[in-house]
Amino acid sequence: MMRLDIDMALVDRARWAASRIADGIQPTIDAYTTTSIERCVLRLLGVNGVDENDVPLPNIIVDQAQASGLLEDGIAYWIGSAMLHEGASLPEVIARLSSGKLSLDKVRPQDREGVEQTIQHEANRVCANITQLRLEREQLITELNSTVPPYLYIIVATGNIYEDVIQAKAAAKCGADIIAVIRSTGQSLLDYVPYGPTTEGFGGTYATQANFRIMREALDEASRECGRYIRLVNYCSGLCMPEIAAMGALERLDMMLNDAMYGILFRNINMLRTFIDQHFSRMINAYAGVIINTGEDNYLTTADAYEEAHTVLASQFINEALALRSGLEAGQIGLGHAYEMDPDITDGFLYELAQAEMARIIFPDAPLKYMPPTKHMTGNIFKGHLMDAMFNLAGVISGQTIQLLGILTEHVHTPHLQDRYLAIENAKYIMNNARHLREEISYKKGGIMEKRANEVLAKATSMLEQVADISLMSAIEEGMFASIKRERTGGRGLDGVIRKSERYYNPFPEIFMKEITSCNFSPVLWGDEVKG
Amino acid sequence: MDVNMTRIRPYGDTLDDGYMQLSFTLPVPLSAEARKAAEILAEKMGLEDVKVVYAHSIADSFSFFVVYGRCIHSVDMTAIDIPKVDADFMSYEEINEFIEKRIGRKIVVVAACTGTDAHTVGIDAIINMKGYRGEYGLERYPWFVTYNLGSQVPNEDLVAKAIQVDADAILVSQVVTQRNIHIDNLTHLAELVEAEGIRDRVLLIVGGPRISHELAIELGYDAGFGPGTLPSHVGSFIAQALERSIRNRAEAKGAYPCQMNP
Repeated sequence: MMRLDIDMALVDRARWAASRIADGIQPTIDAYTTTSIERCVLRLLGVNGVDENDVPLPNIIVDQAQASGLLEDGIAYWIGSAMLHEGASLPEVIARLSSGKLSLDKVRPQDREGVEQTIQHEANRVCANITQLRLEREQLITELNSTVPPYLYIIVATGNIYEDVIQAKAAAKCGADIIAVIRSTGQSLLDYVPYGPTTEGFGGTYATQANFRIMREALDEASRECGRYIRLVNYCSGLCMPEIAAMGALERLDMMLNDAMYGILFRNINMLRTFIDQHFSRMINAYAGVIINTGEDNYLTTADAYEEAHTVLASQFINEALALRSGLEAGQIGLGHAYEMDPDITDGFLYELAQAEMARIIFPDAPLKYMPPTKHMTGNIFKGHLMDAMFNLAGVISGQTIQLLGILTEHVHTPHLQDRYLAIENAKYIMNNARHLREEISYKKGGIMEKRANEVLAKATSMLEQVADISLMSAIEEGMFASIKRERTGGRGLDGVIRKSERYYNPFPEIFMKEITSCNFSPVLWGDEVKG
Repeated sequence: MDVNMTRIRPYGDTLDDGYMQLSFTLPVPLSAEARKAAEILAEKMGLEDVKVVYAHSIADSFSFFVVYGRCIHSVDMTAIDIPKVDADFMSYEEINEFIEKRIGRKIVVVAACTGTDAHTVGIDAIINMKGYRGEYGLERYPWFVTYNLGSQVPNEDLVAKAIQVDADAILVSQVVTQRNIHIDNLTHLAELVEAEGIRDRVLLIVGGPRISHELAIELGYDAGFGPGTLPSHVGSFIAQALERSIRNRAEAKGAYPCQMNP
């Protein structure tokens, strides 16, 4: 089989430029912490729950520490100091902090070495727990059968976690491999994580640790019933990226939407905050064996998918470079792209397929996530179902890994039960019917598709080199991504960015990176079918 | 074909045969009884000769049906009166020329997705330079000054901005409509504009995939734009409605600006 002939020298150039871009921003990322990272450290150390006003305890403790100017040392430093100062265990200190009996600004700072010894022990225990959950997942993946890719990814979004469970289990029984619980609209801009099981939401269901647990339990049940491991997805994005990653790691979520720039561009979250948060959140995801999904499809929701195709590729390169620096393995980096061209374009399918094949060749080990038509779905459910079919065909031909199924009622309502059944039926029919087509066809040398792919690659490469020359943050300020301009000091969340002091301490990055970068670390992500 | 406009019925392949198709799911396992239930339900909806042409089990506990039947009802279309956006749609050039000649100053527009809504696709398509479907957004029009405040803007902020820049029109976009959250939010905005005492000098316009002009009028807005709306549609409406209101105000005062003469 002959695949698209792509200029690999150009691919190397693009990757090198992306690497320069990531290196350019890394020193900034390393110099700061954020309120969300510190709240995440608290969560990992076992702080959970809310006060009588429903304010999460991690927020209360971190806000107090920030107001007292303690956060620059890292919350872990002060928790460790409190343990030594009070001669108390971690649970005791947490209980005293939670009940207001102890305030960190009353704690005498302790010797850094002593603090490290005290906290390190606790952090190791938490990390062992996360590793245990990862191994549990791997056990289930190995034990249960796995289907062949593309894996069918389905969304539930009722607003009520218990209703979501019913819908998710039904979708799994119909053949869905991956269930994503869409978040309530606006959660990405909350600077805290809601608490407990929730039954009210708008356009989705709140991401809470309790909701994660309820859905994971339900899907474990469904996995056993269906005889294959059903994966759970949520959103590690917005102002609480690190905390959501921690919650996911503690509740064995399998995938996380986790883009390096989405929040900056599309939610107007401060860029510094986002770059710092994404780095730490991705370390957690890497350690927990989570597959991240990046959000390149969003570039095409307002921009034209044909004209702006190169921005998708450029973003994939940047997401890859940044993800690698957080310790994610190539197999954990589910780069996104989308089937969003205007259906009226002559040869549109060829351009879509060229883009999908190109991504497959350039990122051979990435579990690519392919997003369905949404922008040009009209409410004509019959044509929409056909467009989804063409998308499914492109997915199976180009060997995508994760296929987010298009729903015929896109643009009408959040999917109904039968809409999901029809979407899964559509995908199963086409992917079974054309299962090995990929191995039988080759593309015409110098044909429309090959030309198109190389054009997009050339444009992406030149864009990346331009960005590398002026730096990523300047490029965003100039509106080079999605034509959206964001100021370095603008957007939400900058007030939660704190420069680290000399004695800053966070035990987790070291533990994570040591494990992730060791040659023994090789999380099992899929069944045997994918490896072969 | 001799269609009686006072008795309109669905058309399958013969006039007035009343044929309709529908599909739905019942929360019961598939069985002969479930099939019958689907048939009875369709009859209760006003269909006769009901045929359940397809039935399929979903996840063991639900049943999906495709049903055909002949609708016994008819509708008198001559009795229907629907409010429509009152504007002659013009092109980019025509709109600019219209504003230049008939209004003689730039039109100021503030726009936002308000409430919890984070979906700026619609408002961006209408306002932003880039526009939509090959048409420029209002930002690109030399005779419009636009402020796109983005997503999740509190209604209070939108109105404050409108007052600050002395806006001629407020554009609000609502995409999320779960549990009618958009109705509450739009009502709140209309009340706010009223309370601030600027209702008579600002055009209040709403857009979104589930928005109709009829709904907009009901909520006290000047216009509502649904799916498929282009920047020039909104631009035409604003220009013409503003011109009308300036003229009305001038006439009320007894003056008649000279540039109104054709």
